[in-house]
Amino acid sequence: MRKISAWLVVAALLSAIAAAARAADLVFLSTQLRPIEEAQKMRNLILKDFPRKVDYVTEQPAQLPVRIKAEQQGGAHTIEVVGALHGELAPLVPLNALAPLDEFAGKLKDRGIPEQLMTLGKAVWPAGIVRQIYIPWMQASYIMVANKEALPYLPAGANIDALSYDQLAAWASAVQEKTGKRLLGFPAGPQGLMHRFFEGFLYPSYTGGVVVPFRSEAAEVMWTQFASLWKSVNPNSTSYNFMQEPLLSGDVWIAFDHIARVLDALRQKPDEFVAFPAPAGPKGRGYMPVLAGLAVVKGAPDPNGAIALIDYLARPETQIATARSVGFFPVVKADLPPDLDPGIKLGAGAIEKTQSAKDALTALLPIGLGQRGGEFDKVFMDTFQLVVLRGQKPRAVLDRQAETLRRLMTETGAPCWLPDPPSTGPCQVQ
Amino acid sequence: MNARFVPYLLIAPSLAFLAVLFFVPLVQTIALAFQADGASSAANFVRMARDLNFTDAVVNTFEIVVIVVPLQLLLALAMAMMLQHVRGGRDIVLWIWSIPLGISDLAAGLVWLAILTDKGYLNTVLLRLGVLSGPQSWLSYETPATLFAAIVVAELWRATAIVLVILVAGVQLIPKEYGEAADVFGATPWQRFTRVTLPLLRPSIQTALILRTVLAFEMFAIVLSIGGRNFPVLVSEAFNWQYNQQDFGVAAAYAMIVMGVSLAATMIYLWVLRTPAAQR
Repeated sequence: MRKISAWLVVAALLSAIAAAARAADLVFLSTQLRPIEEAQKMRNLILKDFPRKVDYVTEQPAQLPVRIKAEQQGGAHTIEVVGALHGELAPLVPLNALAPLDEFAGKLKDRGIPEQLMTLGKAVWPAGIVRQIYIPWMQASYIMVANKEALPYLPAGANIDALSYDQLAAWASAVQEKTGKRLLGFPAGPQGLMHRFFEGFLYPSYTGGVVVPFRSEAAEVMWTQFASLWKSVNPNSTSYNFMQEPLLSGDVWIAFDHIARVLDALRQKPDEFVAFPAPAGPKGRGYMPVLAGLAVVKGAPDPNGAIALIDYLARPETQIATARSVGFFPVVKADLPPDLDPGIKLGAGAIEKTQSAKDALTALLPIGLGQRGGEFDKVFMDTFQLVVLRGQKPRAVLDRQAETLRRLMTETGAPCWLPDPPSTGPCQVQ
Repeated sequence: MNARFVPYLLIAPSLAFLAVLFFVPLVQTIALAFQADGASSAANFVRMARDLNFTDAVVNTFEIVVIVVPLQLLLALAMAMMLQHVRGGRDIVLWIWSIPLGISDLAAGLVWLAILTDKGYLNTVLLRLGVLSGPQSWLSYETPATLFAAIVVAELWRATAIVLVILVAGVQLIPKEYGEAADVFGATPWQRFTRVTLPLLRPSIQTALILRTVLAFEMFAIVLSIGGRNFPVLVSEAFNWQYNQQDFGVAAAYAMIVMGVSLAATMIYLWVLRTPAAQR
């Protein structure tokens, strides 16, 4: 009898300790840094110096609203901090799922977060009241990288930091003529970010918009020119997900990709590569800034712990550690130390040149599409497949795909986002 | 009275397990496929059929099955027959032939990708031999024939062992007396194979074909790793619709197609390869 009761006491103690340990863990749910290497860097490097144990959980972007809604409806809140892109946090506002952070934002004034980024973190909720719903966490963008061996083939008079798409085409075909190989590459693989190239770079540069001018004449011209540019593109591009691999192996000399996906190449061989902004088209130099933010879930079990975690992640040292390990750049005023990796300096330099270009045209990530963001991307990738890979005429393809896009925008009701002019109802394709 | 129910009671837990974890999701998938916006409709199937990759996916999947499965059957038959004559080290040979079964099909795909990619082992060897002067793309959308051949070879390497293991078990069940009787009657080895061994192997061949064909229709990871976007098949399209477009309805529609095709193939095998009453 005594033996049994002794075991019962031990079991009760152990489960209490386990429960307490679980209770002390902060749960940090993030849609960014999902690939296993990046998630491990988050857990082992970036969160290392935080005094409490943080459970870093990754989630697919489209599942984020599902999960938050499920927790709200179930009543059992486990998540404290949510880290996600601007366009993924915005739809959570009408769900009343995020706690306002105005008081905490006031304490962060000395960190030097640019005002336009803090403003992006504000939302009008409920009607008429402006609240801070997320604190900017980190930013990134898409850049182009070239092997220095490709530089002699640049067309005469071209400035690599201010190329046009015509000059890029001339450059790539010069490389093809002289070397006999197609050395321009795009991340058109199954997990590649090619759709962002169309949504944030090609369309804004040629048409000045994304949804509204989807089937305009400027778009037709754009696709025709891109199809002819594709003749100088390495055909293995339809298998490239991360451009750093073909860049490092020399299969590709000129590449476009998200900075986090070329960073390995820049860091391993900084002397072999140059990083520069994406080209400009007739309407400007479209680029897509990628801003991630940190929000606190309403009803989180430990809101003070959540605030402490956000405060920790917004410190200059942590932001620099983040930049060093995963290639997302600081939002706070953090002087990049002189001993910083030359590869990261290359990347940061390209982003800075992109953002400060005279003809820079900001294109935001799609907002308000919720779970149907994938269908939006599919419209562009299908158009790419039909026009560029299968050689169909752009006009017919654009008209058909515009129908799909129209239906999608009407069903989601999403208003237009930059660079399209603001709309009152759902964004309409002209 | 009680003893009659005991077998059913013993089977009941596994039946319940299957019912909950298999039949319930199956019914839910069928419901997902045939519902759109809360009402029953065929909208998902229409959407699936209009997609630009649908025809390619269907054609590619059937091409693979029609070519790979018979080839694997022939190969496995030959291997099983050869194994009969191996005395020492028979187990080791069987084990080596079954190694590809032990790795995941994604790993198998990556192995072949490493061999066939532009700077992979095949190109290196061909370069050294002087056959090529530079890297040759085997797996791009511009070389659909070699891409298809690569997928066929990778599947042959990976999955022949499934058929082999079943056939080896079947061959071992054939009593030696039949073969010896055929020899006594003056049958050539080929006649012995076609008139004695093959008919007696019919049930094993039927099982192996059903299993292999159903698995071939579900082939996914090898195609994705070697072909990427360039070679759509039914299951890879279902995967894309589920994860990239988050459209569960169309993904379920694809799943229905795969299930329908697999059931049809199974019915065909059961009918064509049925053991005649006289032989039972």
